[in-house]
Amino acid sequence: MTALLGKKLGMTSIYNDRGESIPCTVVKAGPCPVVQIRTKERDGYSAVQIGFDYLTKSTQSNKPEKGHFAKANVRPTRFLREFRVENAVQESGAELTVELFNIGDRVKVTGKGKGRGFQGVVKRHHFGGIGMTTHGQSDRVRAPGSIGGSSYPSRVFPGQRMAGRMGYETRTIRNLEILDVIPEENLLVIKGSVPGAINSLVEIVRM
Amino acid sequence: MNAIQFVEQKSIEKSLASRAVKAESGKSVTPDFRPGDTVNIAVRVIEGEKERVQNYQGVVIARRGAGINATFRVRKISNGVGVERIFPLYSPIIQSIDVLRRGSVRRAKLYYLRGMSERKIRAKLH
Repeated sequence: MTALLGKKLGMTSIYNDRGESIPCTVVKAGPCPVVQIRTKERDGYSAVQIGFDYLTKSTQSNKPEKGHFAKANVRPTRFLREFRVENAVQESGAELTVELFNIGDRVKVTGKGKGRGFQGVVKRHHFGGIGMTTHGQSDRVRAPGSIGGSSYPSRVFPGQRMAGRMGYETRTIRNLEILDVIPEENLLVIKGSVPGAINSLVEIVRM
Repeated sequence: MNAIQFVEQKSIEKSLASRAVKAESGKSVTPDFRPGDTVNIAVRVIEGEKERVQNYQGVVIARRGAGINATFRVRKISNGVGVERIFPLYSPIIQSIDVLRRGSVRRAKLYYLRGMSERKIRAKLH
């Protein structure tokens, strides 16, 4: 398994050898302790559970959590995530760092996108809105329009796209390139953008 | 320094390391040049497999940005046609920046040079 948890720090750009300015995201990834190995025999599936972001105070975790981490002999972390793998090569207690990744690796990055709040249909579902403000419809330029028939079917179909909460959904961007690995600072420089706000948790998995 | 600045600094230093440095002459790799100065920029041009150096000489008319985003704008008159080129200050394709002549101007952006003839520009700058 080549996966890490990290914190999105923000975006910048760096130059490649051809002098092109490449947009990139800086992620603080790892160190991630392996907290548990899930096995088919015991858990019904096989996976590796890793943590990220060591807690500094013992009051930040409760007793069951402390016991879970103590089993692997690692310090408690803020986040825990599992990654499905068939044959885990790591042992619990091991610590994964950015050195898992090499420059040029292709990864997929998963995170929770920025929450947009309650949005109308134009922003949320890319409706066109109304193209004109004349003929008495100047007050409904961004309105959804008809949401269905009247006498038939006399109801609104489930799944009808309407206004509502937008964003803060798990998103994955695939095929991103690792531009740089900085082990001293636990940093990964990933080409392009990754989901989520600054300081949010991201999962980085080699493809 | 935060992590983002650290990454930017690393890219800047990598670019500067590839430049033709004349350390003994005390020249810095990004010399202290200002708008109004006449400079010569040695640019690496990659043509297929081959790589050669092209010189671009003109008057700096503007500098903008900070850190890795810093750029500067150089204007020259080429065969009677005004040409402006924007260089990223820390681009690795720049091999050297040599100040040929200092100018004396009061503005930070010399866009007013665009409407002037070569002779007028010379009279204005020096």
